[in-house]
Amino acid sequence: MAMAQKLQHNVTIKGTKDGLVLLLDDLCSFEHLLEELNDKLSDDHGQLLNGPLISVIVKTGNRYLTDQQSGLIREIIGQKKNLEIKRFETNVITVAEAEEMKKEAQIMRVSKVVRSGQVLSVQGDLLLIGDVNPGGTIVATGNIFVLGSLKGIAHSGSSGNREAVIAASVMKPTQLRIADMINRAPDHYPEHGHEMECAFISDEEGQILIDRISIVHKIRPELNRL
Amino acid sequence: MGEAIVITSGKGGVGKTTTSANIGTSLALSGKKVCLVDTDIGLRNLDVLMGLENRIIYDLVDVVEERCKLHQALIKDKRFECLFLLPAAQTKDKSSVQPEQMKKIISELKQDYDYVIIDCPAGIEQGFKNAVAGADKSIVVTNPEISSVRDADRIIGLLEQEDVEAPKLIVNRVRNHLAKSGDMLDVDEIVSILAIELIGVVVDDENVIKAANKGEPIAMSPSSKASIAYRNIARRILGESVPLSTIEEEKGFFSKIKTLLGMR
Ligand SMILES: Nc1ncnc2c1ncn2[C@@H]1O[C@H](COP(=O)(O)OP(=O)(O)OP(=O)(O)O)[C@@H](O)[C@H]1O
Ligand SMILES: [Mg+2]
Repeated sequence: MAMAQKLQHNVTIKGTKDGLVLLLDDLCSFEHLLEELNDKLSDDHGQLLNGPLISVIVKTGNRYLTDQQSGLIREIIGQKKNLEIKRFETNVITVAEAEEMKKEAQIMRVSKVVRSGQVLSVQGDLLLIGDVNPGGTIVATGNIFVLGSLKGIAHSGSSGNREAVIAASVMKPTQLRIADMINRAPDHYPEHGHEMECAFISDEEGQILIDRISIVHKIRPELNRL
Repeated sequence: MGEAIVITSGKGGVGKTTTSANIGTSLALSGKKVCLVDTDIGLRNLDVLMGLENRIIYDLVDVVEERCKLHQALIKDKRFECLFLLPAAQTKDKSSVQPEQMKKIISELKQDYDYVIIDCPAGIEQGFKNAVAGADKSIVVTNPEISSVRDADRIIGLLEQEDVEAPKLIVNRVRNHLAKSGDMLDVDEIVSILAIELIGVVVDDENVIKAANKGEPIAMSPSSKASIAYRNIARRILGESVPLSTIEEEKGFFSKIKTLLGMR
């Protein structure tokens, strides 16, 4: 019996140019999986498991791992001092996680005037059809697009996404914030040249820049969903 | 059953009380039964503008604290049989009345009057909440200057959360020569910022102040521009479609939109 189990291939170790990939079978019992993982890693495979630091990707297929279960796997792999888990890859997530992902990926469409003293805050991208008046604030974890005049405060990437942008038909904000960066408006806006603009963090400049909306696809190609 | 309209602004001194007195007077001129309600407890003015100060015996707080019946506190106007005033208390403060109590009084008044015009105090606190509590509709008064428009915007936002119809806008104390020279916001700009329907534009007119000092609302003297503006506002409240005339406003915001669309 014991021999038969040892012969099963619930754990497959593959070497790639970036390190190791551990393929964990998603049908066998979790106990078998741990046992076999332990055995495979204890079997000395020569230089592979003892040499210099190797990064490991753990692929769990269609098996859902609880935090506790992934902790046990981390523990076993951690016994080999030269193995470093880069990440877990899985085909499955919980409904809660899926809903969160959906919210982050969605575009919230809101049609109203955000007035002085009001705060409009959304998860994901915000498409505001209307103005943000001075003293009003809009916040999104994703990008912000205003079909109207932005004259108040806009904060995109509010949970830390520095890639987020802020675009507006008329860009005359009192303040722009992207992730943790804040820029205030110039004390006087020039008469012209504030229509159809987009704000983003420029890594070279280390601050928020505003440019014509037509150049955005170059700066943030990932905005494209097509 | 009548309707209650609250006149509000956020910022102080922009002309809420003047507007209340004159809309009330204009509606009475058209034969409507009107009750003016002053909710500016501690800083009452409406009675002075109407020239009724010397007739006050009971006030709003007396009604709330049941020292008198509602009808006992109402003062009949000098000029109109159909116009009444419920004065505010001068010796108390805003916290002596609760929104629920206001609601009750206003709904009682609505049984007997076609229009209940509520003069709101400045600010966004208790006094504002009281004034708005019983209202069905609202009018926001602003002057053509940035701080006043900013406060109007704030108030419109707060009104959106209340159980009242979308507010209408009055731009008061407009001086045309200043707007033309660009030293003051023009009406188009204000309407485009606030994005609510314009119901009237009143010019800055020294006769308004003179009339106030005499205790006789300007709406009584038909010759002044301000008087015509207030009467036109009253007609719009009554549902007539009175175009915003050139005196009141040159080239309105709405006509501008239509030009853009290529309509007539
Ligand atoms: N169209 C006008 N032209 C000239 N003066 C005006 C006009 N409207 C109002 N005023 C003057 O402005 C002053 C303030 O008006 P009013 O008392 O009606 O404002 P309010 O908004 O009720 O003030 P508060 O916030 O103190 O209650 C008064 O002296 C009034 O006479
Ligand atoms: Mg007043």
